[in-house]
Amino acid sequence: MSAVTETGRTAIPGGSLGQSVRDSLVVAKRNLIRMTRIPEMILFGIIQPVMFVVLFTYVFGGSMKIGNSTDPDVYKDFLMAGIFAQTVTFATAGSAAGIADDMQKGLVDRFRSLPMARGAVLTGRTVADLVQTAITLLVLAVVALLVGWRTGSAEPTNAGRIIAGFGLLLLLGYAFTWIGALIGLSVRTPEAATSGGIIWLFPVTFVSNAFVDSSQMTPWLRHIAEWNPFSATVQACRVLFGNPGVVDSSAWPMQHPVWASVLWSVLIVVLFRTLAVRKYRQADG
Amino acid sequence: MPGAIYAEGLVKTFGDVRALDGVDLDVPEGTVLGLLGPNGAGKTTAVRCLTTLLRPDSGRAVVAGIDVLKNPNEVRRSIGLSGQFAAVDEYLTGRENLHMVGQLYQMRAKQAKARAVELLEQFNLTEAADRTTKTYSGGMRRRLDLAAALVVSPPVMFMDEPTTGLDPRNRQQLWEVIKQLVSGGTTLLLTTQYLEEADHLAHDICVVDHGKVIARGTSDQLKAQTGGERVEVVVHEREHIATATEVLRGFGKGETTVEEHTRRLTVPVTGGAKLLAEVIRELDTRGIEIDDIGLRRPTLDDVFLSLTGHVAEAKDTENGEGAATEDQAAKGRKRKKEAAK
Repeated sequence: MSAVTETGRTAIPGGSLGQSVRDSLVVAKRNLIRMTRIPEMILFGIIQPVMFVVLFTYVFGGSMKIGNSTDPDVYKDFLMAGIFAQTVTFATAGSAAGIADDMQKGLVDRFRSLPMARGAVLTGRTVADLVQTAITLLVLAVVALLVGWRTGSAEPTNAGRIIAGFGLLLLLGYAFTWIGALIGLSVRTPEAATSGGIIWLFPVTFVSNAFVDSSQMTPWLRHIAEWNPFSATVQACRVLFGNPGVVDSSAWPMQHPVWASVLWSVLIVVLFRTLAVRKYRQADG
Repeated sequence: MPGAIYAEGLVKTFGDVRALDGVDLDVPEGTVLGLLGPNGAGKTTAVRCLTTLLRPDSGRAVVAGIDVLKNPNEVRRSIGLSGQFAAVDEYLTGRENLHMVGQLYQMRAKQAKARAVELLEQFNLTEAADRTTKTYSGGMRRRLDLAAALVVSPPVMFMDEPTTGLDPRNRQQLWEVIKQLVSGGTTLLLTTQYLEEADHLAHDICVVDHGKVIARGTSDQLKAQTGGERVEVVVHEREHIATATEVLRGFGKGETTVEEHTRRLTVPVTGGAKLLAEVIRELDTRGIEIDDIGLRRPTLDDVFLSLTGHVAEAKDTENGEGAATEDQAAKGRKRKKEAAK
C-alpha cells in the first residue's frame, strides 16, 4: 500500500455560499441514492395517505357537514386539501428518523470531522425529503382524481392557481422537515425519532380545518384551529383549487390564507433551521 | 517545538463526570501514540476534542500546527478520523461512499472519483466496490471506513479503537494497513483497549484512567517499571503443589504465589530461558507432571494492573469483544508455550 499519494489536495475555491450549496447537493444526492435503494420507504409513505383518502372519503363522507351541505361529494372535494397538507407534514418523521439514524451510525461524526459547510448535512437531508414529498404528493393527487376529486368544483380556478396550491404544500412540507431535523438531532434512536416525529402532528393536523369545518367547532378550539399554521395552507389550497369549505372567518390567516401560508412556512424554516444547525454543531451524541 | 498533535490541560466534564481531567499529549510528527485504557477512561472524549467534534471546557490543543479551538475548519482539512463505528453509509456502495467523502473534503468530482478508485484498490475492495456496504463483512466495512479517513492523505490521523469487534484475521490485516500508513510518514493517535495492539503499533503509549494520563513511555519502559520476568507453572495434580512450590523457591528471586484452584504457581526469576530449562528438568526429576509452564515477561496487562489496581478488560461485552479477549488470552498462552520450548 502506498499510503501517502498526493492526489486531490487541490480544494475547490469559492465563497462559503457556493460551498454551502455544493455540499448540500452532495448530501442530498447521497440521500436520494439511499431512497432508490430502499423503495419500500417511499411505498409506505404513499400507502398511508392513500389509505386516509379512501377511509375518509367513504367512511366519513356521508356524515360530515361542510357549510350547509352533507353531500359526500362535497366532503370529498373539501377533504383533499386537508389530506395533502397532512401528508406533506408527515415527512417530518422521515427526516427525524433519517438524521437520528445518521447520528447513531456515526455518520454525523464523520461529516462533522470533514471541512464541509456546517448546515449542509441537514439542508441536504431536507432537500432530499422534499423530493420524496413531491413524489408522494403526485401519486396522491392521481389517487384523489381517481376517487372523484375535482378542482374548480366550488369556484372557478386555473392551472396557475392549482400549481401555486401545490407549491404552498411543498413549502409547508419543507418547513416541517426542519422541525423533523431538530427532533432527529435531539433524540437517541431512530425509533424514538419516528414516533417523536409523528405524535405531535396528530393534534396539529386535527385541530384545524383539514378534516372538518372549523367554523362548527367550539369557539376556543375554533380560535386555535384558525391560527394553526397548518390551517392557513389548507385554506389557501381550497381557495386556489376552487374547492368547497373555505372558512368564512375574521381571523387574519383565514382571510389572507396564501400570505399566511407563505409567512408561516418561512417563519418555521428560519426558526427551526437556526435551532437545528446550532444543535448539529454542538452534537456530541 | 510541539508535535503534530499537541494538547495541554484538556478538561471536559459531562455533568458530574470529569471525562477528561487535565490531559497533556505530545505526539512527534511521523510517530504513533497509543492511548490505552478501559472503557470510560476518556479515550474517545480526547479524540473527539482533538478532532473538533467536542469543545473542551478548558485547555489547549494544536493539531498539524493549527489551533483546534480557534480554527476548527482548518484542522478538519488536515485530519482523518476513523471512529469507533465504521461510519459508512450502508445503502451506498463502497465507491459512492468514498466519492461522497472526497467531495465533502472539497475535491472536484472527477478527482474524488479517481481517488476512490485508488483507495478501493489499495484496501483490496475493488471487487466489492459497486456493492452496497450493507453486504460487506465487518472487516471490509472497517477497511472502507479507514479508506474514507484517508481520502485526502491527511498528515494527521485519529483512530478510535480501530479493531474493536474484528476477528483476529481482520485485526492482523488492519494492523498491516496501519503500519504501512505510518511508514509513509503519517502521524497517528490510536486508542485501544487491547494492550497487545498498543504494544504492536505504538511508538509511545499513554495509559489513561478516569480522564487522567497515569503513565507514559514506550512499551518497554512501561514494562520495565512493572518489574522483571517470572516463571509460571501449572501442575497437573493438586497434591504436587507443595513439592512444586519447594522447587520454585530454589530458583526464585522472591516469593512464590500459589493459586490453589487453578494449580498455578508463579515466582519472579532472573536468568531467562536457561533457568526455565533447569526448572523443567528439576520438576521432571521429582516426577511432577505439568500442564503448562512458561517464562512470563510483563505484558501491558501487568503494567495496567500495577498502575490502576484493576485489569484493562472491557467492562461491557459488546459484539465480539469477549471473543477478542479470549483470543488475546489464547495468544498469551501460545507465547508462553513458545518461551517454554
